[in-house]
Amino acid sequence: MSEIDVSANTNALAPETSVQQKKKRNPGVIAAIVLGAIMLVFLGWRLRDVGAARPVAGDPAPNINMAFFDGYEWQGVESADLNDMRGKVVIVNFWASWCVECRIEADLLEQTWQRYKDQDVVMLGIAYTDLDPDSHRYLEEFNVTYPNAPDLQLRASDDYGITGVPETFFIDRDGVVQHVKLGPVSQSEMDSLINRLLNQ
Amino acid sequence: LLVLALLLSTVPGALAQEAVSDDEVNAVAKELYCPVCESIPLDVCGTQACRDWRGEIRAQLANGATEQEIKDYFVARYGDRVLASPRTEGFPLLAWVLPVVAVVVGGIGFGIFMTRIRKQPSVALAVVSAESNRPPDSDDYTARIERELRGDAN
Repeated sequence: MSEIDVSANTNALAPETSVQQKKKRNPGVIAAIVLGAIMLVFLGWRLRDVGAARPVAGDPAPNINMAFFDGYEWQGVESADLNDMRGKVVIVNFWASWCVECRIEADLLEQTWQRYKDQDVVMLGIAYTDLDPDSHRYLEEFNVTYPNAPDLQLRASDDYGITGVPETFFIDRDGVVQHVKLGPVSQSEMDSLINRLLNQ
Repeated sequence: LLVLALLLSTVPGALAQEAVSDDEVNAVAKELYCPVCESIPLDVCGTQACRDWRGEIRAQLANGATEQEIKDYFVARYGDRVLASPRTEGFPLLAWVLPVVAVVVGGIGFGIFMTRIRKQPSVALAVVSAESNRPPDSDDYTARIERELRGDAN
């Protein structure tokens, strides 16, 4: 019978105890919420490094702030934004000196630049996860003359969500991505896309 | 003569790089991750990109750079993500502090909870009663079972 009494007693005390516990638990709950919020902020900060999704045709091109390699500036300026190139067809090519497939298209990119550089076309090379001396050797090896910049802090490759190199983004005069090419670009593909964008 | 001078100028650098052992290079490399091959420490990654990075570490060690200076160089170029463990300053410090704070706060909370249970016997008994999940009239129930086992009808 004693157990029944205890149970009855417990039932009688339950609402009061619950209220007391609730009152006393508040600081702990608040501390847990604050701690959880801080952890979420930290997680968000870490996820910032994961990068955005790759833009597809029709998406506005994420801006790129470039501090060009010495000798590979655009219009003589040491640094530029992609927004500064609005009104021109822009081809952004992500590459690396250690990338075998990049070597396949290296000559084609330079030849294309030579053909179209006077026709409102800007070609931009962005060196991805590359060491500066290796990048310079690569640029010299393929006689590259178009503007090139290292991807400092990997911001550009994060914003463009690239998953490897080479990747090439064709951006129209309004700053909208019109085509994304994963892997080396072919001559016919390059000419067809540039002419289409120039005639838009 | 020009070729000879060029050769002589490169020899000290090459000799200095040879003087840096693989172990010294890997001691720094294991603290770094190349973004191209995520989840593989730089000292064991076999890609060309990682070989290039190890070459850079070797060159910087040969030039007298410290481990911290080399790590700072890679962080400046490629961001915090290249570090095997977060920095112990600024915002990344939270990665070290938060787990400790969580354990301490959790421990304090658990301690407070246990103290309350001990101070309130009714609560403790209620918890025990609820856990045992026995009906309040278990004495009657036990007596009835015993009677039935003995063969009494009522």
